[in-house]
Amino acid sequence: MAVRRMITLDGNEATASVAHRTNEVIAIYPITPSSNMGEFADEWSAQGKRNIWGIVPLVQEMQSEAGAAGAVHGALQAGALTTTFTASQGLLLMIPNMCKIAGELTSYCMHVSARTVATHALSIFGDHSDVMACRQTGFAMLSSGSVQEAHDFALIGQAATLRSRVPLLHFFDGFRTSHEVSKIEELTDDDLRALLPDELIAAHRARCLTPDNPVLRGTAQNPDVFFQSREACNPYYLACAELVRAEMDRFAAVTGRHYHLFDYYGDPEADRVVIIMGSAGDTAEEYVDWARARGDKVGLVRVRLYRPFSIKDFVQALPVTVKSIAVLDRCKEPGAPGDPLYLDVIAALREADEAGTSRFVHCPKVVGGRYGLSSKEFTPAMLKAVYDELAQDEPRNHFTVGILDDVTRLSLPFDLELDIEPDDVKRAVFFGLGADGTVGANKNSIKIIAEETDNWGQGYFVYDSKKAGAVTISHLRFGPRRIRSPYLIKRANFVACHQWVFLDKYDMLAYAAPGGTFLLNSPYGPDRVWDELPREVQEQIIEKQLHLYVIDAYEVARSTGMGVRINTIMQTCFFAISGVLPRAAAIAEIKKAIEKTYGKKGDIVVQKNYEAVDTTLANLYEVAVPAAATATRTRPPIVSDRAPELVRNVTAVMMANKGDLLPVSAFPVDGTWPTATTQWEKRNIALEIPVWDPTICIQCNKCAIICPHAAIRPKIYEPDRLVGAPATFQSTDYKGPELKGMKYTIQVAPEDCTGCTLCAVICPAKDKANPKHKALNMAPQMPLRESERANYEFFLALPDPDRSAIKVDVKGSQFFRPLFEYSGACAGCGETPYIKLLTQLFGDRALIANATGCSSIYGANLPTTPYARDANGRGPAWNNSLFEDNAEFGFGYRLAIDTQLDQARHLLGHLAAQIGENLVHELLEADQSSEAGIAAQRERVAALRAQLQSLDSLEARRLAGLADYLVKKSVWIVGGDGWAYDIGFGGLDHVIAQGRDVNLLVLDTEVYSNTGGQASKATPLGAAAKFAMAGKSQPKKDLGMLAMAYGNVYVARVAIGARDAQTVRAFQEADSYPGPSLVIAYCHCIAHGFDLAQGCEQQRLAVDSGYWPLYRFDPRRIAAGESPLKLDSAPPKLPLTQYVRNETRYRMVEQANPEHFRHLMEAAQREVTNRFAVYEHLAKLTVPVKTVGEPSGSEN
Amino acid sequence: MDLSTSYLGLKLANPLLVGSSPLVDEMDTVQRLAEAGIGGIVMHSIFEEQITREQLGTIMDMELHAESFAEALSYFPHPEEYRLGPEKYLEQIRKVKETTGLPVIGSLNGVTPAGWLDYAKQVEQAGADALELNVYYLPTQVWETGDEVEKRTLDIVKTVRAAVKLPLAVKLSPFFSSIPNLAQRLETAGAGALVIFNRFFQPDIDIEALEPKVHLELSTSDELLLRLRWLAILHGQIKCDLAVTGGVHTAHDAIKALMAGASAVQLVSVLLAKGPEQVKVIRDVMRTWFEEHEYESMEQVIGSMSLQRSPNSQTFTRANYQRLLAGWRP
Repeated sequence: MAVRRMITLDGNEATASVAHRTNEVIAIYPITPSSNMGEFADEWSAQGKRNIWGIVPLVQEMQSEAGAAGAVHGALQAGALTTTFTASQGLLLMIPNMCKIAGELTSYCMHVSARTVATHALSIFGDHSDVMACRQTGFAMLSSGSVQEAHDFALIGQAATLRSRVPLLHFFDGFRTSHEVSKIEELTDDDLRALLPDELIAAHRARCLTPDNPVLRGTAQNPDVFFQSREACNPYYLACAELVRAEMDRFAAVTGRHYHLFDYYGDPEADRVVIIMGSAGDTAEEYVDWARARGDKVGLVRVRLYRPFSIKDFVQALPVTVKSIAVLDRCKEPGAPGDPLYLDVIAALREADEAGTSRFVHCPKVVGGRYGLSSKEFTPAMLKAVYDELAQDEPRNHFTVGILDDVTRLSLPFDLELDIEPDDVKRAVFFGLGADGTVGANKNSIKIIAEETDNWGQGYFVYDSKKAGAVTISHLRFGPRRIRSPYLIKRANFVACHQWVFLDKYDMLAYAAPGGTFLLNSPYGPDRVWDELPREVQEQIIEKQLHLYVIDAYEVARSTGMGVRINTIMQTCFFAISGVLPRAAAIAEIKKAIEKTYGKKGDIVVQKNYEAVDTTLANLYEVAVPAAATATRTRPPIVSDRAPELVRNVTAVMMANKGDLLPVSAFPVDGTWPTATTQWEKRNIALEIPVWDPTICIQCNKCAIICPHAAIRPKIYEPDRLVGAPATFQSTDYKGPELKGMKYTIQVAPEDCTGCTLCAVICPAKDKANPKHKALNMAPQMPLRESERANYEFFLALPDPDRSAIKVDVKGSQFFRPLFEYSGACAGCGETPYIKLLTQLFGDRALIANATGCSSIYGANLPTTPYARDANGRGPAWNNSLFEDNAEFGFGYRLAIDTQLDQARHLLGHLAAQIGENLVHELLEADQSSEAGIAAQRERVAALRAQLQSLDSLEARRLAGLADYLVKKSVWIVGGDGWAYDIGFGGLDHVIAQGRDVNLLVLDTEVYSNTGGQASKATPLGAAAKFAMAGKSQPKKDLGMLAMAYGNVYVARVAIGARDAQTVRAFQEADSYPGPSLVIAYCHCIAHGFDLAQGCEQQRLAVDSGYWPLYRFDPRRIAAGESPLKLDSAPPKLPLTQYVRNETRYRMVEQANPEHFRHLMEAAQREVTNRFAVYEHLAKLTVPVKTVGEPSGSEN
Repeated sequence: MDLSTSYLGLKLANPLLVGSSPLVDEMDTVQRLAEAGIGGIVMHSIFEEQITREQLGTIMDMELHAESFAEALSYFPHPEEYRLGPEKYLEQIRKVKETTGLPVIGSLNGVTPAGWLDYAKQVEQAGADALELNVYYLPTQVWETGDEVEKRTLDIVKTVRAAVKLPLAVKLSPFFSSIPNLAQRLETAGAGALVIFNRFFQPDIDIEALEPKVHLELSTSDELLLRLRWLAILHGQIKCDLAVTGGVHTAHDAIKALMAGASAVQLVSVLLAKGPEQVKVIRDVMRTWFEEHEYESMEQVIGSMSLQRSPNSQTFTRANYQRLLAGWRP
């Protein structure tokens, strides 16, 4: 048998490794948590890695999963071994093609990291709701339950489909398996070849479409024959399970790992059996061992081949002694008699019974239960609850486990404290920040331990729902046996806190096992640190007799030139203290890993890391723990006690990482949440915040308009409002001529600011004697926190100015209250300033449809909601439908508003006599083109309501219900370039072609930002992105030009960091334009690879180089005899290179291949020059005011 | 006339070199320079600081946001051949050498002793015929003495000298208190040639934005005068070769520099402004001038107007300068 390597990797990579080596065409589209599989495949192909037949597979990104499925179908028909990777909504989009592929009996194995399908909410996490939605497609379904199995089943699946012709969906649990890092035995190319003999490939090819032997598929059939011909495939389905079993046997012969269609594990004479699928099977095995050691007669059946469901094999897998069975489903099918696997088991047992093939001593009771939705933890304690329930005389059916259901009382209680993990498994939990590199270091540590020792290793990583200041929690296990614990660690021998501030936020030591070690990155040395700990932490250290170690990792990082990256330092500490490896050997391994990671990229980085490793040990101290807690300081409350009840009772629990404890009754029944709750989440993530110098400020409000988090705000107010102001509250005379005598303040929200510095960088006001000093200067947050908190509170209580009195421009717009605040977007985000501006200008009458992506995540990822309400309680109403349908979704809003407005107007006409002709006339003819006009209309509607109250008629009551529609509503359809240019383009195109009044805002980051920077059709020529690694070779799609082609669509291209005034005008015009409007907004992004503090400068360079011309195409200008297109930026005055060379996405192309990059840049420069010329030409073009097709009068 | 000279022990077909600049980054420009008859090529400098910053910066840009968010464990592809070191540069030395067959002089601006050392070795291994040390350094601290600045320069030369066998040229700035003394010590430290003088970036000020402004202007022939003086002073006092850089735009400029004592004449601004083909113009005019004036060899020309040989050597001294100024009226 061939020598196989032991490797550590995650389930996605393990799967892709086999898929890439056994296919020729891979058509993909990014979707969490499957994206990495496509990325791996693309990288390997870009590196020239070959499959087992010596071919470099073609990897092609498509515009949607539907597109990927289409391409897959075509590639299969034309004879290529083809695969794809997907999940969740993506998988659902593939269903129509899957039915075709199966109907055509096509050999095809696809890989799915199973993920929750969005219902009342979106979830990126794992369960089986997506794969269960594919039951009707005719695909075989093969379920793997660990990283090793995902690797193995990827091969078994490919071999089986080639044998059986039944296409196969191989799936494993999203995140729990797809993202778990584990040590596995790697399949060699020879292993792969052993299961994929040439004759199978040849048979697949022989079925392909070729003009040399033409056939036709895809006929349309009629009632006479469809049914029969649909049944013609039956023999293949009947044979399929047997062929899969044969492949499993063949696989066993090659590798020694023997899987079965249904794997039984446990007591051969078990009386209680659980039926389960996916990673939970590992947990169940671990539990069964533990329970059997205690004398329980228990067992479990792991379902491997779920479709075709072999009743014979299933029944044979069960012990004849079984008395009760619990079938556990990881999905929910509301309204069904039971969840799918349960129904299958019931049907199977009944059929077997009727056929006389069941061999049971007693007819077993069967109950169904639901667990693990959206990666909900599934632990041995929960299994114990299930087995205990099975021991009851009348075990509960249709239960849930893992939650507390206090509404329908379906949940089984379980013991939160039960922990069955053996002592020889070492467990470590690390709390870090995304930015400090903790997860990367831990992945590296697992590799070192698992690959350099006989230990097995496992790593799982819990990420934040916020992008700025994101917290990561790493769970690492090491032990002498394969680790079968796909759940989070409860009792860790080692707990590390990589950020001092976490002490006040999280109960980290709840994870610590007695006698364990606590490593703390502390600005305080071993002599002082104890006194700085909150009391709860001191008490736990004493009570659990923990060993406390400290290191000032940031100081070590600073002194060794590592900046804020403390990953290597904390990793060194872990190895030094934990003793998993001898210290010297561990250090050598860390250095080897550093060399491996950075060696090719540059020696300097390697040297700096080495230096950090060497300096670390001298700065690591054990702290003598006193006998008693001494601190008087306790952890501050999670939220203010003034927060609304829901925030205090529900949101705050989620914020404390204890959301698992919330019962069902805590939640809305339909996914409806209140807005304006981010204000209660004081994250304090900025190290430095801006400090305002009113003596220098020119009151331009540019700081406020660019702030991504609405954390710096201006206000004007009457001087007498200053009474009672905190001593440090700053104020100055307002400089505008229009509101003389008013006071003016710029105020920072110290606890909400992310410290991105965009405001201070954009600030144009400099001290003439010392231009280094501006009107805004960054200063450490800690010393300012208390005083600025009080100042901000006072500031918020000052009344917002009358909207009608404000001139709406850059400056004026910022006096409008932002109704989008403190979102979880990245520090320095280039998207959120636009959204915030939208809410300032139209938020009190806006409905927002938001495509899935960054903006839906920072816009609505719990625990808190950033969309807010004004003093009158008005604010944006927001929803996210899907990724692909956002334009249509928002268009639906418009249809509903228009019909309700029509009805209101109609009723007004009917009731005019009773309401009063004047009021009705004013309501119907109101000019709502200004803030004053809107305010007046609101007053009229209030008057109308008062009138209607006195009228007792059906029509009056109906009008009362519709009256608010008489105030103009602004529909905004918001999403990223992935939506607008790719997956949603068809819908976008249709919607703008309809003429209705909708506004589409495209936040163009030029890549799929939320899923990690995959290329879209908005990606510019020459830039690297995932799936365009060598630099995109095709120019960016000109979405604006496509929209302009309709002639009646308002189109603007804006860059708020470059020309904010043009952006504000474009937004106003888009809103006022009575038809469809499309605003394409340049958004700098972390996926561009530069310090976002320079975001505005990059935007300026984008505009000045002509790369991003600013324009407004307003069809209303045609009537005035003008060209509808107005260019708002000058011809290119800088070479394109001056813009692109600041960004890693371009530089990396150059660094990889300078020659190729030069050619790309020449093409890109030509593209810029030519496009600008076209725009200039169009801007000079006028069209006849009266156009062909208008009534000429002659027909009368 | 045979224009060939010897510089740093290298045989040059004529004394014209392309000076350290981006001109040689592109192979087609290199080709054009060779066709126009350039005598040798000085490569663009490796800037250690830039490489360091690029390495750290790029890795930071790529890694800072990685492994932070469940949906995006990274934001960039990971091409295998991605390099952040000087490989590109070294590859270019190889290519230039291979394509043109001309003498190729590497150029290096280091920051740390290790940087100077490592990159010098790499330039040597890449096949350069000589190495120009671009000791571009700007003292800005009040505590740093002139002695220390000079020592820095000398230490770099000694360090590199001990590590590589290549002939070394040292490119100097004019801002030393006693250039002849320093020149002699550099020679002792192992310099085979001195390149006179580096042109610094001169930042401008944007008076509207109150920002310093990066400013790069091409040289003019006026700047040659400073160089002529110091070439003339140094020539003959020290044994090592001299080269001029900065201000040579015409054949006459080149002739003056050669007469003042330069064995090699580096051209940059004129080539940037007029294209690589200008090499041929300068060379041909120069040759014609020499022939018309019946010069027989370059040995006859080089240093003929140095301080030691010039008929009116006070012209190169400060006294003369004062007299000139006194006689100048607006």
